[in-house]
Amino acid sequence: MSTDAPSSSDIQPGAYQYGFHDSTEFYSFKSRKGLDEEIVSQISAMKQEPEWMRDFRLQSLQIFESRPMPDWGGDLGELDFNDIYYYMKAAAEQGRSWDDVPDDIRKTYDRLGIPEAEKKYLAGVKAQYESEVVYGSLREDLEKQGVIFTDTDSALRDHPELFREYFGTVIPSGDNKFAALNSAVWSGGSFIYVPKGVAIDFPLQAYFRINSQNMGQFERTLIIVDEGASVHYVEGCTAPTYSSDSLHSAVVEIIVKRGARCRYTTIQNWSNNVYNLVTKRAMVMADGLMEWIDGNLGSRLTMKYPAIWLMEPGARGETLSIAFAGESQHQDAGAKMVHCAPNTSSRIISKSISRGGGRSSYRGLVKVQKNAENCRSNVVCDALILDSESRSDTYPYIEVEEENVAIEHEASVSRIAEEQLFYLMSRGMSEAEASAMIVTGFVEPLVKELPMEYAVELNRLIELQMEGSVG
Amino acid sequence: MSSVLKVSDLHVSVGETPILKGVNLEIGQGEIHALMGPNGSGKSTLAYALAGHPNYSVTGGTIEVDGVNITEMEADERARLGMFLAFQYPVVIPGVKVADFLRHAVTNVRNPDRKEGEGLIGMREFRKELRSRMTELGMDHEFARRYLNDGFSGGEKKRMEILQLAMLQPRFAILDETDSGLDSDAVRVVSEGLARLSGPQMGVLIITHHERLLEFNTPQFTHVMLGGRIVETGDAALANELHSNGYAEVRKRHPQAAAEEAAAEEALA
Ligand SMILES: Nc1ncnc2c1ncn2[C@@H]1O[C@H](COP(=O)(O)OP(=O)(O)OP(=O)(O)O)[C@@H](O)[C@H]1O
Ligand SMILES: [Mg+2]
Repeated sequence: MSTDAPSSSDIQPGAYQYGFHDSTEFYSFKSRKGLDEEIVSQISAMKQEPEWMRDFRLQSLQIFESRPMPDWGGDLGELDFNDIYYYMKAAAEQGRSWDDVPDDIRKTYDRLGIPEAEKKYLAGVKAQYESEVVYGSLREDLEKQGVIFTDTDSALRDHPELFREYFGTVIPSGDNKFAALNSAVWSGGSFIYVPKGVAIDFPLQAYFRINSQNMGQFERTLIIVDEGASVHYVEGCTAPTYSSDSLHSAVVEIIVKRGARCRYTTIQNWSNNVYNLVTKRAMVMADGLMEWIDGNLGSRLTMKYPAIWLMEPGARGETLSIAFAGESQHQDAGAKMVHCAPNTSSRIISKSISRGGGRSSYRGLVKVQKNAENCRSNVVCDALILDSESRSDTYPYIEVEEENVAIEHEASVSRIAEEQLFYLMSRGMSEAEASAMIVTGFVEPLVKELPMEYAVELNRLIELQMEGSVG
Repeated sequence: MSSVLKVSDLHVSVGETPILKGVNLEIGQGEIHALMGPNGSGKSTLAYALAGHPNYSVTGGTIEVDGVNITEMEADERARLGMFLAFQYPVVIPGVKVADFLRHAVTNVRNPDRKEGEGLIGMREFRKELRSRMTELGMDHEFARRYLNDGFSGGEKKRMEILQLAMLQPRFAILDETDSGLDSDAVRVVSEGLARLSGPQMGVLIITHHERLLEFNTPQFTHVMLGGRIVETGDAALANELHSNGYAEVRKRHPQAAAEEAAAEEALA
């Protein structure tokens, strides 16, 4: 972490460590609150986009307006679309070195430990602050091999053909209300292209930070892994603690071509006032492999079901997700696997923890289309409930149109057993330490799939969530 | 000064049901006590109550260590004071590695004033110590990396309890049927291990239905529990007598406790 310790005045009380915020006075552009054609056109004009993109945005806005709010999942009743800033630009330009990033913003990333992590174990970094990416880097040797790792706005400008070929093909605007919203006002996000046969050895990381109150962050990520190539992309997210709500509604589209691999690791740690409504989907071609590793901590409401469409024979998909629902939080998370071709296989492992009145739900879909024979799918979801005020639900949907398939589903719910607590306490552990240890053990089978640094980070975040959990 | 664990007129209930009805017991550091008694007489209940299990509520009497009343203390505070219970049924903690668990436990027990989040004892010295204790108990070092009691056989779990005892070096150790479920080689290893570990610094209460553990660890005192009370106390000879003759004679000598025992069983049926 940074040596530049935050002062006590800008850290909010409570366990959420990233609750500090910076002044917004220095911002170079801030749209007015609310959403209409004028705002959307203004965003497009600010970005000097081609006409097709402006039209795409305006069309998406219409779709967004025509769709009803989802009446399932979590409670969206208090989300007021007119009380949100849809676009804010904090820095005039994107930096190639941290020295180019405005001081106030750089300090934030220092506190989050990003520049340090970059030096140690990352092949490239993007840092998005509000609506725009403020910093970007990519290791030189990868750039030489033709790897593209840039923000999505720059990709539209600098790689227009590649961009247009894939953009919106995995998740069309009409997919759902929030995908339409993102399509109308998207800004920033990561664009990655890995050329045929190139294996990137270290992770590429993006870091998303919301700073302002009532801010909406709508990044748009597009990843194309060409035949036989591989990449591991990691994203982290934080926001300050405010009394009124912010909205994070991202769209992530991934194309995994024949024999390619993509692993996408998310560790989200939003403050309690963020609505986190994200659409993520990957299409996997023959013998390709897509893995979503999804850690959801914090937020007021998260609705997120990373999907994998197994398009061609031999494609594989795997989703590992951990959700932690603390006080006044609802994690409605899960996964979707759609088997469109024979001999495809998928696995979903989901672990959720609820405490302090938090609520977690697993919502998952396994779908096997007609003629997709010889598919295998295995779903395991375990929930751990730490106290009697907290809650956990499971909504597994299985739709199978083919007979010759093997689908397994196991679900378990456990409460922290008094006997486990007593056993650990009788060995000198306090009640808090003992329950933290039980929780850490509960997620261990998932955490050990993560690279070392992220495993440590996730364990630390869980410990923070557990702090003060027993009185 | 030598420490004393003193139990005076202890009454313990589980839920609404009284189980212990006035237990008196005094164990000095360096002493070995055997606690025997028929199934259901309350031996494990006493062990849990001494260790501070929240479901075993003390409705009367006291537990003291060197004059300090620990009756109301949480289990972790008692552990830090030097109390240890080897469980009759050790608990599985999935996903928690033996070594990580023990490093936390050892740190807390050796530094009773440690605040949460403060550093753990050094990794290298800890590992070294753990390995040599495992070797002494004939345990594969691989166990250090397994999840605590997860998938362990009955005997392996018992050995793990003794390993914890060896690492935590308590002042007072209660062994609840640590010898049951062990094959005869394992009983010997555990018995010898305990004999090595106890000595003048440790007071030991051995709850058992068998002779072997007591062969290597000769008790100075043998207590017999019946119907929630300690009805007789003798020396090693009493343990031998009970092993050969069972509890019929004891019941005859203590008709009132035997009657209460029968009544409690009736109530359950
Ligand atoms: N958690 C509990 N819930 C309900 N009853 C209990 C509980 N713990 C103990 N008891 C009851 O208390 C009585 C004493 O049980 P305890 O386990 O102390 O016996 P024990 O002497 O250890 O027997 P054993 O030799 O079989 O281990 C029994 O009747 C038992 O059913
Ligand atoms: Mg017992």
